Amino acid sequence: MNPTGMLPKFLRPAPKRPAERPGPKPRPMQNAGAQVQEGGIGALGWLDERTGASPFLRGFLFRKVPKGTNWFYTLGSATMFAFVSQAITGVFLAMYYEPDPSRAYTSAAHITNDVFLGELVRGMHRWGATVMIVLLFLHMGRTFVFGAYKYPRELNWVIGVVLTVLTLMMGLTGYLLPFDQRSFWATVVGVNINASGPIMGPYLADFMRGGAEFGPTTLSRFYALHMMLIPGLIGALIGAHLYLVAKLGTTAPPWLKAEKKSLRREEI
Amino acid sequence: MADSIDKHKRKSRYTTDRNAPGAFEGETVTRRGLMTGGAMAAGGVATAAIALPALGFALGPMFERTAPSTWQDVGSVDDFNPETYVPVVMNLVPSIGEAGKTTVYIRKFDPSRDTERNSDLPYVAISTRCAHLGCPVRYIQASQRFVCPCHGGVYDFEGKVDGGPPVRPLDRFYTRLSEDGKRVEVGDRFSVNSELERFSPRDPSEHLDGLWQYLYPSRPST
Repeated sequence: MNPTGMLPKFLRPAPKRPAERPGPKPRPMQNAGAQVQEGGIGALGWLDERTGASPFLRGFLFRKVPKGTNWFYTLGSATMFAFVSQAITGVFLAMYYEPDPSRAYTSAAHITNDVFLGELVRGMHRWGATVMIVLLFLHMGRTFVFGAYKYPRELNWVIGVVLTVLTLMMGLTGYLLPFDQRSFWATVVGVNINASGPIMGPYLADFMRGGAEFGPTTLSRFYALHMMLIPGLIGALIGAHLYLVAKLGTTAPPWLKAEKKSLRREEI
Repeated sequence: MADSIDKHKRKSRYTTDRNAPGAFEGETVTRRGLMTGGAMAAGGVATAAIALPALGFALGPMFERTAPSTWQDVGSVDDFNPETYVPVVMNLVPSIGEAGKTTVYIRKFDPSRDTERNSDLPYVAISTRCAHLGCPVRYIQASQRFVCPCHGGVYDFEGKVDGGPPVRPLDRFYTRLSEDGKRVEVGDRFSVNSELERFSPRDPSEHLDGLWQYLYPSRPST
């Protein structure tokens, strides 16, 4: 051991001034990337240190799933993918579409006939709407048949039902936008079906049309509902839906219990 | 058992008796409680200041009459006769564009044939909106009936229900002659009940007879 270390503090020699002190030479200036690399931190680590995302993501993405989880369990994700696809193609369609009664049909025709890949993007949006509704009902049927709506997942079923209604409202509001004869009169009939409800029905129809008659206001109203209000609600509710899935986990398929019973019988 | 806490006993008005945090002698509301309540009220007022106008903006059209009264020229008096209906294509709402064009069937009023006595309208203008759900009906001269393609609604020559799901006769329009008496003009739509009594324009599927009519009230917008 260093003998000076044994001495009481006041007897030790004074430490050298910093300039005289031996030691590693001051390092040359490095750029931030090299510093980070030397410290063993990547860009992801940098982000993680500041957001604390990894425990959350680990819990969210690497959940334990029950035995027997199968392809039916992907229907919810498939529906969400259909929604994301609708959102992306919808945003790009909105770059060319004009919600004006005199120009709506022309602009929709312009998208289909003139815009590069316009027919494809409009076709994706048009068929994707049907795909989303089909997947949604398959997902709903899976949840029902597997009994996955039972305690403690009732609230998630309720959110799912609201999402179903909102998705159908997307279908109704989107159908008007091409503004040809078919979409115009189909929407007239659709609104009249709402008006046929007693007491509140007529008021609901007035709200949807923006007045007593089906006019130019109706088109811009449907466009705003289709573009902003309903997609925003759907996005928010999908967030709540996923949160509950991550929090409560998924259910095992109903036939697993039966297998277990038969095993037990064999053991006996 | 007298010492046990009675949950139903009324609490003291004074915060000091209730051991509320931050209590002060003689207070009934703590300063903390007042501040919290005040902040909530201010937040509520601020939210309402934004939400109520936005809501009113969206819901307003339900409560105001939006369709202006218009008279549209549909043709010469020679174009129409009392025997059959002549289809006229017109826009019911201004600036709705090509897609919104609709057909109106027009014939001359016939006092010997029309059951609606003492009508002040020189022409009968019948809307093609089916009174079931608003599909376009077609007049068929051979059977002298209006037929709806969607759910099989059938109306007679006057537009009264002959069969199918419609709940009331076909809607009509006010008609008049132009000032020189040579042109026919069509005005606002109105609805009729099974006795052809006039009502404000209603949506399809709204009943106008008996007690049914009270389920579908008249609105300021119609």
